[in-house]
Amino acid sequence: MKGRSFLSTANLSSTELGELLSLAQDYCGINNNHKLLPLDLLRGKMIAPLFFEASTRTKVSFERAARNLGAELIDLQIGASSLIKGESVLETAKTLQAMAIDALVVRHASSGLPLFLAENLHIPVINAGDGWHEHPTQALLDLLTIFQEFGSFAGLNVLFMGDIRHSRVARSNLFAMQTMGISVRMAGPPTLVPPEMKALGAEIVADIDQAVAAADVVYLLRIQWERQQSGFVSSLSEYSQLYGMGEERLAMMQSHAILLHPGPANVGVELSAAAYAWPRSRIEVQVNNGVAARMAVLHRLLAED
Amino acid sequence: MEQLIRGGTVLDPSQNINGRFDILVKNGQIAAIAAAIPATGCLVLDATDKIVIPGLIDLHTHLREPGGEAKETVETGGRAAAAGGFTGITALPNTNPVLDDPRKIAELLALADKAGHVRVWPVGALTKGSAGRELAELALMHRAGARAFTDDGRGVADAFLARNAMLYCRALGVPFLEHCEDESLAGKGQLHEGVVAAKLGLPGITKSAETVMLARDLILAKETSCRLHIMHLSCQEGAEMICNAKAAGVSVTAEVTPHHLLLTEEAVDGYNTNAKMKPPLRTAEDTAALCLALADGTIDAVATDHAPHTESEKTGDFSSAPFGIVGLETAFPLLYTHLVRTGRLSLMQLVESMSTRPAAILGVPGGTLRPGAAADLTIINTTTEWVIDRHAFLSKGKNSPFHGWTVYGVPALTMVGGRIVMKNSRIG
Repeated sequence: MKGRSFLSTANLSSTELGELLSLAQDYCGINNNHKLLPLDLLRGKMIAPLFFEASTRTKVSFERAARNLGAELIDLQIGASSLIKGESVLETAKTLQAMAIDALVVRHASSGLPLFLAENLHIPVINAGDGWHEHPTQALLDLLTIFQEFGSFAGLNVLFMGDIRHSRVARSNLFAMQTMGISVRMAGPPTLVPPEMKALGAEIVADIDQAVAAADVVYLLRIQWERQQSGFVSSLSEYSQLYGMGEERLAMMQSHAILLHPGPANVGVELSAAAYAWPRSRIEVQVNNGVAARMAVLHRLLAED
Repeated sequence: MEQLIRGGTVLDPSQNINGRFDILVKNGQIAAIAAAIPATGCLVLDATDKIVIPGLIDLHTHLREPGGEAKETVETGGRAAAAGGFTGITALPNTNPVLDDPRKIAELLALADKAGHVRVWPVGALTKGSAGRELAELALMHRAGARAFTDDGRGVADAFLARNAMLYCRALGVPFLEHCEDESLAGKGQLHEGVVAAKLGLPGITKSAETVMLARDLILAKETSCRLHIMHLSCQEGAEMICNAKAAGVSVTAEVTPHHLLLTEEAVDGYNTNAKMKPPLRTAEDTAALCLALADGTIDAVATDHAPHTESEKTGDFSSAPFGIVGLETAFPLLYTHLVRTGRLSLMQLVESMSTRPAAILGVPGGTLRPGAAADLTIINTTTEWVIDRHAFLSKGKNSPFHGWTVYGVPALTMVGGRIVMKNSRIG
């Protein structure tokens, strides 16, 4: 993977994903032991995060990952200006490339923008979330969390619940999970679950309670307030009652099953406070794993052999 | 001066001619078609092993002038048309400013006159500024030379206004050209609402965004007896509705583009901005249905929807890129290669849909090689192979998804009113 861009999980083989996960697992230990850090694996490397959309956990986690490996960060004060179009982003990116920056970490509201940059640059571009398209490092940290829990992937049953249509997390996970042999199911409001997800490999389920009871992992997605204004859902209250994870549904889950959420969670909407704090919720583990997963990606893409 | 086009296979749907004939051109008109015309002191154009057809006519051309001269001009669009075998094209009104009054129609005609390559028929806007709020001066534009009206780029959202515009078009005897798109359904859609949209994480455009407005227009056309022409039909459902409407006596015609006949949503995968257009590329079922509808006459005409954009506009992230692709220089060879050579459409049907029928829909001369008609004709080389190179287009627009395709049926000569405007790719 060295020198390549990291844009999507759709083109990653199970071997590549497996290697990234095992590297991430190794980094999990080191990551929480500050005495061992920073490593000097990426010493002298410069990484520029380009976040055109608001982000706390992904941005901080990438920065932490880069520093842990000894890389330096160029902090560009670009603000959350998602209106900046592809061509101007490319101009900025080319400027950075000309200054011998080693890699870009890009988040943007326009699906496909990181691919466009990668096609026009010779340095690696890491997709930190593009529109509704993909968020591949999120999928990696989710797989890591699932692996830590179950020790394997084959035959597991993961249920995604909520706003599938607008979710880059669901897409990246769908592609990666299928590659690893996980069965993916999806459920949510009829307006927010595109039927075409079936052709992409997911099973769309109508009976949510039954699907929750059968799942090894229930993955709740964030619903945004704007979906109400744009006519996709009638109210967050109705959404919460029909597609949220409350006490009743929590009780339906198998005893070994876990709960995931990409964050930031709307507590009281897609999940209740009790669900968030439920002993088998792994939401905070996901956040912690984010650093290790991103260390693995940076390592694979940038470390000298 | 007399010209003799000798030895070609002549196809003329208007006279049901299909055979080896010579054509004599005198004073810019077809003087005779006969088996062997002696060449007595006239210029001989050898058409041996080639086919001779009435000049192609495009119902749907964006020339971008005024206001979009970086994309195309009347002059460069005319060159591209001549290269593509077209003897007549339309000039769609979504320029800047919009062609929405008689003075602008006259100015466009003056530009076309000056360019001089092919015939250009202006199409006026239905509403002022194509803003969909007030009727444009349809009667005065018609008097100035507008041959049809449309707000293309958008549909006429307001049904009352659309109905009133139809009443005017009916009175003027001109077609109402509709870009069927319900904007509340299309929203910010970027491509067909299907598997590729789901995969790429882009907002889709449903077929209903097209068929909802189509249904309304068919109802209004029946009620007003207006001649309704549906632009760039993209889906099976739309073709079925037009078939039913024709059977019910609605005065409706329809066009389809080469790209909606040959490409599907798959062409967009990888965020290919040169496959981004409205209406969007649909599915394989749709391309198959559209092809059948063209063959059985449900769809009357092929139109290019030639929509040039600059390279920099089409280079960028997918959502920022404008909709549209060029088509004048590739339309005939693409369809000759992929529909005629594959046996899905006869050559006669292709010529009818790209020449005879468009002339009838627009109510302009052309589409025939009948003696007495203007000598607007195209000679096609059916044997030489051409690998489409978008960088070699005469159009300023290089935005084509067909770059690299191997085709046959390349126009070798284009004649407008007896004047050779293109010969072996040379314009002049």
